[in-house]
Amino acid sequence: MSLIVNGTSVAPPDDPRVSLLDHLREGLHLTGTKKGCNQGACGACTVLVDGERILSCLALAVQYDGRHITTVEGLAQDDALHPLQAAFIEHDGFQCGYCTPGQICSAIGMAAEVERGVPSHVTADLRADAALTREEIQERMSGNLCRCGAHNGIVAAIQATFVVEAQA
Amino acid sequence: MTPFTYSRAGETAEAVRMGGAAASAYLGGGTNLVDLMRETVARPERLVDVSGLSTSITDTDAGGLLIGAGVRNTTLAEHRAVRERFPLLSRAILAGASAQIRNMATVGGNLMQRTRCTYFYDADGSRCNKRVPGSGCDARDGFNRIHAVLGASDACVATHPSDMCVALAALDAVVHVEGSAGVRTLPLREFHRLPGDRPDVDTVLAPGDLIVAVEVPPLGFATNSTYRKVRDRASYAFALVSVAAALDMDGDRVRDVRIALGGVAHKPWRAARAEDALRGGPATEQAFRAAALMEFADAQPLRDNAFKPELATRTLVSVLGALAKGDAA
Repeated sequence: MSLIVNGTSVAPPDDPRVSLLDHLREGLHLTGTKKGCNQGACGACTVLVDGERILSCLALAVQYDGRHITTVEGLAQDDALHPLQAAFIEHDGFQCGYCTPGQICSAIGMAAEVERGVPSHVTADLRADAALTREEIQERMSGNLCRCGAHNGIVAAIQATFVVEAQA
Repeated sequence: MTPFTYSRAGETAEAVRMGGAAASAYLGGGTNLVDLMRETVARPERLVDVSGLSTSITDTDAGGLLIGAGVRNTTLAEHRAVRERFPLLSRAILAGASAQIRNMATVGGNLMQRTRCTYFYDADGSRCNKRVPGSGCDARDGFNRIHAVLGASDACVATHPSDMCVALAALDAVVHVEGSAGVRTLPLREFHRLPGDRPDVDTVLAPGDLIVAVEVPPLGFATNSTYRKVRDRASYAFALVSVAAALDMDGDRVRDVRIALGGVAHKPWRAARAEDALRGGPATEQAFRAAALMEFADAQPLRDNAFKPELATRTLVSVLGALAKGDAA
């Protein structure tokens, strides 16, 4: 049994009670992923599993045997930040920074969902592909809270990264 | 969390064999069960992971859909046939939880999430007949803004939080179950229980029973359907009230209609009285309102939730009005 975390194969915890979040932080010392509410309400623990965003606090690590997990530590290529990480700096997408790893992982997962054609609660026409409007981003990112209120910068960073890309 | 063993089932028969052992629980996406285990509200000794089983969505010969219990909520909401033929189901799922949770949660797990309120979670500080049978209910005279107004009992006033199940109730979905006694089917409308004097039992399943699929029968006029959820914030909150509805018009009259309500009862509430009142009658705002009032004739509001019958009535009138004009998004 093994999990693949940021491309490296690692052993699962011995105790099945250990959440994926605790295994990342305390077992593997990947402390980029944050523990906010630890009950699925805040999104700070968001990671990508096979490219899809999930909450690592509600995930038992043993359930993710054989799956590819990407945390915020796995996004940069050597010293080059992921474009969304750079955009968060450019657009002031954070203040204290605690929710930021979850916001960034969530937004990358969200962009893939939009690319795939997944509709949202605010998509007017379920038969058409949704555009990444401000309203769509706000709804799709509603699972990630920011206590500092940096939402305007977060939305701007997401738009700058993924809307420009989509139009290119 | 109390200690437990974890095993992953390779196929359904194996899962049912393992799930038949005492103090076992099936694990789907874990979004409700893991949370309840962490709070020690749920204390299974054996977890049987069924999240990799029954993950397909197929057309039935009758023209409906057979949805595997392991299908993720997001996968069902984005499925082309669901979006085109049963938009109320896509809309209901997309109105629930957050994207991360919808990516994890399974269809079977959505049905099996506990009917609950905040007092149910408060293991250290509150009495709850659902958590500890016979201990009392602190919600009945407590903060009960989100609680039930229909079908509740002295023992429990919690609501079932699923959005998806409200749409499935309107669609007359059928739950396929496999247990030690073999395979059987149950109407979704009879799957969840009203609390009565046993609020600790949410569904009619026997111990060891495993949901393997949910079947949605064909319903042509479901193309004209939607789901509307009213809540305290714009996203990521439980419903105060919600309406799943499909409307079939015959000129300016109602040929057929399906209505189910969320946020008002211990189970997804099929509004059969309102449907009967509307069928064959005029599609007017007065008729919609009269039908909704009939549905809530027996409502028993609590201190903080007396707004629910009127809020649900207005929401239903608005939804049916939009469907009558064919412009409900």
